Amino acid sequence: MMPQILQALWMPLLPSPLLWLAATLLAYRLGEFIRQRCGGAAWANPVLIAIAVLVALLLATGTPYETYFSGAQFIHFLLGPATVALAVPLARNLAVVRRSLHGTGLALLAGSVTAAASGFAVVWLLGGSRSAAFSMAPRSVTTPIAMAVSQQVGGVPALTAALVIAGGILAAIIGRSLLRVLKIEDWRAHGLAAGVAGGGIAAAQVAPLNGLAAAFAALGIGLNGVLTALFVPLLALLWPA
Amino acid sequence: MAAAFALLITCQLIGELLRAAFGLPLPGPVIGMLLLMALLVWRGAATEGPLDRVAGGLIGNMGLLFVPAGVGIIAQLALLRRDWLPILAGLVVSTVVGLVVTGLVMHRVSRAVETHRSGAVPVAAE
Repeated sequence: MMPQILQALWMPLLPSPLLWLAATLLAYRLGEFIRQRCGGAAWANPVLIAIAVLVALLLATGTPYETYFSGAQFIHFLLGPATVALAVPLARNLAVVRRSLHGTGLALLAGSVTAAASGFAVVWLLGGSRSAAFSMAPRSVTTPIAMAVSQQVGGVPALTAALVIAGGILAAIIGRSLLRVLKIEDWRAHGLAAGVAGGGIAAAQVAPLNGLAAAFAALGIGLNGVLTALFVPLLALLWPA
Repeated sequence: MAAAFALLITCQLIGELLRAAFGLPLPGPVIGMLLLMALLVWRGAATEGPLDRVAGGLIGNMGLLFVPAGVGIIAQLALLRRDWLPILAGLVVSTVVGLVVTGLVMHRVSRAVETHRSGAVPVAAE
């Protein structure tokens, strides 16, 4: 009886984009709620929770990804303008960091290139596939840029998105203690390292602690995106499809 | 609000056009971001106003915008099963290397520059 009622309610909704659009919004809201409940812990990431919930839902209902995406694409579309919008905090922070331009420029360049190259090299050396290696290469960049770069060089944008988030969580958890072990107490270095290696997730962990760290983290996220978007296509020359 | 959104979409559109026209390796939205940044630096970035609000709204909820693409991982379960070890190792190595290299270079170079400027060893920043 119950399944029939459910099916009768369910069937007319399937062709409409509203069902999966609503599911996406609700799953993300659930993720935010869980994070609040966990006191804002880095591992309780709303994006990761939403993805896990939706994947479980799709598997349980036997819904193909294409059907899901036909509804969720309206949210996905906003990723483009949101990437462009990153210019606003970037332009503002450019003025703040003008004073330590030497260190920032060098550290950004070194950090971006080594993060991209080391991830790529490890996957390659351990016998991973080309698509895995190119999903890894842009993973230290903020998600929208990382996915766009991944797509361009033959990675899998969805895997890249998952790796960006997982790496961000890792950086948020280990970042501060790792740098302190190396006797680095400078807030600028802490902020920049969080932005370059851990993107928005690690930046969110450091930013509330210190204003200077927040500015450098924002700068790290933005400029790392640009540098990596230029560097990763060069890696693609090393391993043609 | 409409003007701010139009500015963002137009920057993205020009970015996509430039990418296609010159075969640039950068993604269209990234070129759009650089264009907007150049415009803001040139015009002076306003700290409030419609663009700031629209940008803040989009950036503040960016996590939501990744979800539809992230769910695409469902089509990659075979890849994950096959390459889980290289993927996990690459993730840990690139994160640790990125943190250490960025932090160390930033720390060393800024200290060197400041020492050079002041002619004395600075007190460690707290």
